[in-house]
Amino acid sequence: MGDGAGRASVCRQRTVKTIPITVIGGYLGAGKTTLVNHLLRHAQGKRLAIMVNEFGELPIDADLIEATQDNMIALAGGCVCCSFGSDLIAALRELAQMQPPPDNVILEASGVALPGAIAGTLSLLSGFVLDGVLVLADAETVRQTAQDKYMADTIKRQLAEADMVLLNKTDLVTPQELVALRAWLPQWAPAARVIATQRAVLDPAIVLQDFIQLEHVASGGPLQHVAGFETCQLAVTAVADAAEFARQLIQDNPGLVRAKGFVREAGGALKTVQIVGQRSEVSLAPAQARAGMVLISLAGDIMR
Amino acid sequence: MHTIYAAKKIITMNPTRPYATHVAVRDGRILGAGSLDELTGWGEYTLDQRFADKVIMPGLVEGHSHGMEGTLWSYTYVGYFDRMNPDGVIQSGVKSIAAVLARLRAVEATLSDPDAALPGWQLDPIYFNNERVTRAHLDQVSATRPIGLLHASGHIVNVNSKALELAGLLREGIDNPGVPLGEDGLPTGELKGPEVMGLVAQYVGFDQDFLAVDQAGLLNFGKLCVRSGVTTATDLASRLAPSLVTMMQTVIDAEDYPARIVSLLFHGGVSPDELIKRAHELRAQSSEKLRLGMIKVVADGSIQGFSARLRAPGYYNGAPNGLWYISPQHLEQILTQSLATGLHVHIHTNGDEATALLLDTMEQCLVRHPAPDHRFTIQHCQLADTAQYRRMARLGLCVNLFANHHFYWGDEHYRLTVGPERALRMNACATALQHRVPMAIHSDAPITPLGPLFTAWCAINRLTASGRVQGESERIGLDEALYAITLGAAYTLKLDGEIGSIETGKRADFAILEDDPETVGGANLKDVAIWGTVQGGRVFAASEL
Repeated sequence: MGDGAGRASVCRQRTVKTIPITVIGGYLGAGKTTLVNHLLRHAQGKRLAIMVNEFGELPIDADLIEATQDNMIALAGGCVCCSFGSDLIAALRELAQMQPPPDNVILEASGVALPGAIAGTLSLLSGFVLDGVLVLADAETVRQTAQDKYMADTIKRQLAEADMVLLNKTDLVTPQELVALRAWLPQWAPAARVIATQRAVLDPAIVLQDFIQLEHVASGGPLQHVAGFETCQLAVTAVADAAEFARQLIQDNPGLVRAKGFVREAGGALKTVQIVGQRSEVSLAPAQARAGMVLISLAGDIMR
Repeated sequence: MHTIYAAKKIITMNPTRPYATHVAVRDGRILGAGSLDELTGWGEYTLDQRFADKVIMPGLVEGHSHGMEGTLWSYTYVGYFDRMNPDGVIQSGVKSIAAVLARLRAVEATLSDPDAALPGWQLDPIYFNNERVTRAHLDQVSATRPIGLLHASGHIVNVNSKALELAGLLREGIDNPGVPLGEDGLPTGELKGPEVMGLVAQYVGFDQDFLAVDQAGLLNFGKLCVRSGVTTATDLASRLAPSLVTMMQTVIDAEDYPARIVSLLFHGGVSPDELIKRAHELRAQSSEKLRLGMIKVVADGSIQGFSARLRAPGYYNGAPNGLWYISPQHLEQILTQSLATGLHVHIHTNGDEATALLLDTMEQCLVRHPAPDHRFTIQHCQLADTAQYRRMARLGLCVNLFANHHFYWGDEHYRLTVGPERALRMNACATALQHRVPMAIHSDAPITPLGPLFTAWCAINRLTASGRVQGESERIGLDEALYAITLGAAYTLKLDGEIGSIETGKRADFAILEDDPETVGGANLKDVAIWGTVQGGRVFAASEL
């Protein structure tokens, strides 16, 4: 038999630039497209690539569109929107060939797709790294859809696969209903942090880890303000094991939504730690990185 | 001037004149079938005796196949069963992993480019006592070129180490249900499910859009049609990009192309509004031999892939329910707009829950847009129960059942996917007919081989590969089966006024048989030898392709 196994299995560490992908799931009408447009309007100079299953009636707000081709729309600020039809992998590989490549990919899954399955595949694709699974739920209809004769299990599986649930359109329900919804959601989305939104408006740093600013962490500069959330810095000097440190951080902070930073392991290596909901990812830190973490938590749930 | 063909026997499928000895043809159409005396009244003629010892049937109609069957033959065949290739050569089935490897080695030895991929198709390890094929096996063929074998089910691919390496998958720490790991913590080389398969497809030579046929494949597909007596076949479905349509027009409209192809537009990847618009554009581009403008909707996955949507109590082995490939809202939009604008839709449902959704949706849509003759057709519809057939009848739906399935996977459905009771009712041809649901039967080539006479044999006998009769009460008779592969299938395509029987005014499309199906009988129908076809009055001998 071939000896390829031994050779290739060594290359685990990510040295080349990988593009983070956020998967956005949720049933029709939950606000996925609204969220995508919101992110495009607050791209802060980042080049976002939006992947949609199909170009619906209005996938992107008209004023953001610069040019339209067959399956690609060029958007303001160097962003793009592509439809991938049924060949997501080919579309992503094409995207990675763009010069320069996009900073972030946001994949808007179809209303009946299981975002966890998509995320599972994406995590195998070289050149990309999964940034998290965000599922939108329509506050007005989600409980009803979750009982639908045909869609119930699909909706519940979508929620169960979420790192974060955006409980959207909360302005359309009464405060009492919102309380009831918040009590109802965790049984179906046990792994997810739940964030209430209206018109899918929230700080992009919650959706995309690249928007978390680390520049000031080590220098003790001003803390990034993330509207509606509590942000704090953690001056971590050294940890035994970065992955274990991330697990502990998640366990100790039920309100933690996102965290990003660098920690030095006992062995001396500086590692990047990224957390979304209860998902963590550890990789080798870039050369110029300095130790320190930024934590973003649901207001009132800040770590002790 | 016209031609009169003499035959040993002509089975017309026209009840007013079920049998004839001669058929007269002018300008690609049938003048009439009857005795020579009766036909001389049409004027001066040439009597063609070449079929004098043959049996003529209406050209067979395959209502659910994919042009891709022609494309796959450019890859190495590693199926378990013998299968005829487009050149008429029977490729012997491979009966063990060792035989698979031997065949691959033989092909490998002919490849001059050391980096060229070696793709194979139709692997079916369930017949190898469930011994799994691993990358270690395939590495014995080559450690340096990528190898990929597509399973017969179409849902799994086996690759070697080189292919995994190229795709960046030969590493530890993979945690994905579609990528089983070996004891060494590395992938075994089996990749399950379309998403995961997509990661390696381009490296092992399956690099094109899997729904689309290429030019060489389309020509091959035409040859397979002639060899199986088919004069009209569906390509179900395709994205039908403009460049593909241009290629198909060039190939199919050519004088020497032997089949009429009905290519349906796949619903995925475009919004319902775009889909409807595109279908209307395509319909306007139809020609006599390339029919466009129908829509194919896929509602769920497959039963053997555990991705079909089943009603309670679900899968026999406890697998979680399958996947929806369309939302009820989008289905409703497509059906409503199609009914409103006169488009014809075929809907893939495998599991009975997907069929239930379709029936519910169809009922709502028809209330809003009554359509007296819509002929929307449920494709596969494998698990429907009797109550669902009653509803189909009332809603004017047709059904095209996957009769070949119980031969190839019936045993597996019985013991694994849906269990003994529901396995008996799968592809319930007799129930469909009993409830007057217009019915066709199909091969879904390349999933199973193109060959309507074989498909009819499957529906008549309901034998599984292990030789058991599965669902005795759902067996149908020879006449019913022959109807299903001619007029039955033509009806689901709204072509029954044009093809499907041999009678005045219809297209001169014939299957030319060496044996008489009515003498051979249902038990051996699959063994009827096929001489070739006449399509639109043009003669195609299988031996001269």
